[in-house]
Amino acid sequence: MRLSGHGLRCVRGGREVFAGLEFAAASGEALAVTGRNGSGKTSLLRLIAGLLVPAAGTIALEGGDAELTVPEQCHYLGHRDALKPALSVAENLAFWADFLGGERSDAAESLAKVGLDHATHLPAGFLSAGQRRRLSLARLLAVHRPVWLLDEPTNALDVTGQDMFSGLMREHLGGGGMIIAATHAPLGIDSRELRIGGTA
Amino acid sequence: MTALSALIRRDIRIALRVGGGALIGVLFFLTVVVLMPFAVGPDLALLSRLGPAILWLGALLASLLTLDRLFMADHEDGSLDLITMSRTPLELACAAKALAHWLAAGLPLIVATPVLGLLLNLDMVATGAVALTLLAGTPALTFTGMIGAALAVTLHRGGLLMAVLVLPLSIPVLIFGVAASQAVIVGPMTFGAPFSILCALSLVSLVVGPFAAAASLRHGLD
Amino acid sequence: MTLIDLANPTRFLALTARVLPWLAAATVILLAIGLYQSALAPDDYQQGATVKIMFIHVPNAWLSMFVWGVMSIASLGTLVWRHPLADVAAKAAAPIGAAFTFLALLTGSLWGRPMWGTYWEWDARLTSVLILFLMYLGLMALWRAVDDPSRAARAAAVLTLVGAINLPIIKFSVDWWNTLHQPASVMRMGGSALDKSFLIPLLVMAIAFTLLFVTLHLAAMRNEILRRRVRSLQMMQASRIAFSSESGSRGESASNEVGAA
Repeated sequence: MRLSGHGLRCVRGGREVFAGLEFAAASGEALAVTGRNGSGKTSLLRLIAGLLVPAAGTIALEGGDAELTVPEQCHYLGHRDALKPALSVAENLAFWADFLGGERSDAAESLAKVGLDHATHLPAGFLSAGQRRRLSLARLLAVHRPVWLLDEPTNALDVTGQDMFSGLMREHLGGGGMIIAATHAPLGIDSRELRIGGTA
Repeated sequence: MTALSALIRRDIRIALRVGGGALIGVLFFLTVVVLMPFAVGPDLALLSRLGPAILWLGALLASLLTLDRLFMADHEDGSLDLITMSRTPLELACAAKALAHWLAAGLPLIVATPVLGLLLNLDMVATGAVALTLLAGTPALTFTGMIGAALAVTLHRGGLLMAVLVLPLSIPVLIFGVAASQAVIVGPMTFGAPFSILCALSLVSLVVGPFAAAASLRHGLD
Repeated sequence: MTLIDLANPTRFLALTARVLPWLAAATVILLAIGLYQSALAPDDYQQGATVKIMFIHVPNAWLSMFVWGVMSIASLGTLVWRHPLADVAAKAAAPIGAAFTFLALLTGSLWGRPMWGTYWEWDARLTSVLILFLMYLGLMALWRAVDDPSRAARAAAVLTLVGAINLPIIKFSVDWWNTLHQPASVMRMGGSALDKSFLIPLLVMAIAFTLLFVTLHLAAMRNEILRRRVRSLQMMQASRIAFSSESGSRGESASNEVGAA
């Protein structure tokens, strides 16, 4: 499998963010998107996720499921956790697993992997920022998607959390997955760097 | 199907759990109806004549005001991004959310109607007619108001602007809803004609609403 | 000159600069002819001279709906074809449409005064036009509510199209509502076929007002394009000032150090 973008141009609010951007990632590869603030790291992830429309250029996933669009084969982990404070940890995860559909893993196991198995019945509103992030990471495990789009994934995670997350990413890459992560901090895994917006 | 029923169950659960949407809508409905006699006077004959109109106006405002945050809440916590990306067509997801909203916030209004009918001096038949027209007409209000809720996400603002944009669109529902209830109480029209048009309006909005809302959301994310 | 060429705002500006004077001239001439003919038209045997309001009222009422049609096509252009001039066209049309609708309401109520003995009657036509006017105002409020024009354009496009579907339904509902509440007490317009002496001036006026709309619309589109250029120039200037003030403050702190030394 190979995810690639050609000649991507992004315009937001009448301002050009970047133009002529090229990238490619193959199975088992991680791409670390870097660049100064406002260079368009988040915009690139949202273009791939189909949440923004490119002003020019194309994005393709070769070897993926031909029936599905590229965004439908991606997990997107943005700045916001997509959690409902009124629902319990288990309910939040079960909802996304049911709603997103596709190949599923055991929800309890996913929660155990991110270290939330002791808190399944707590309302998500009671969780700390780090715990909320862990819960949204569990979403990536509960349903399989070949491409992970991660926007500052290690935000709010402590050192053990970051180690845990590096392990999960390695596992995903080992299974033939791809990761595209916008980041300031090192990811803790082998990755190629994609620098956008010139020198920082 | 699993995806849609999961979405409906989640939205209903949230609406009922935080003590949020559903109950406040009914409370608002009750307050508006109780306010009316203070404006027009406690004349029971007059109230029973205005009854259906008062109930319909109250239901219209209550369902529009609770709709305001239908998509906004999902937009703010990032859920809407994932819903847009998912394998479920956005139109269906919008329809599911509107259905959940109607079940959680629209249905309780209809259940509350008999009690309010008592306050407005409506007899059994008239109350039944109003409840029936509300049952047929409130889906149209929800699915039309959904367009406004989706525009609120695009524009980053809801409230009054949305009400101004959506209320003119709900005039036909109001006309036929009130006309059908009045037909039962004073005549001379038959109940059937306006009631079937009301049902037709609901069916049309069932189609137009999700498509317009999805179009607005799809182009409005940023 | 194809449609693709017109998509380029610069070409659009150049073309309209050449066309506009001719359009304006044609509008003035036709309006003059139309007004002259309407003045010559005979008085109605029932309504007297007030029937002449019709020559202004009907073209305005026709345009109030026509402009919504133009905006609907422009909205399709925004949503489906992502045509760069489409949202400019939609935005420029809204205030003009609102103005025509207002004039239709105003002349309608002036006409109604001698006919009905009151300025406002909940007549089906007037009521529908009033709702149309409210929807125009709502659209204009929406355009004003958002800074980013492309963002507002999409929302306005969705609303315009929903309105286009809903307007016939509203018209039908109001007609129905009106017959329910006021059976046959209202003056019926156009019940009898219009005489030729009325019809020809009316047609000339309708064409003249349509030309007036086209002229105003093109001019408003030019203004809107120029306004957006000014906006993007200002944005560029703002970002340049931001950069220079950063270097400026650095220079200032350097001079402070010198002063301290």
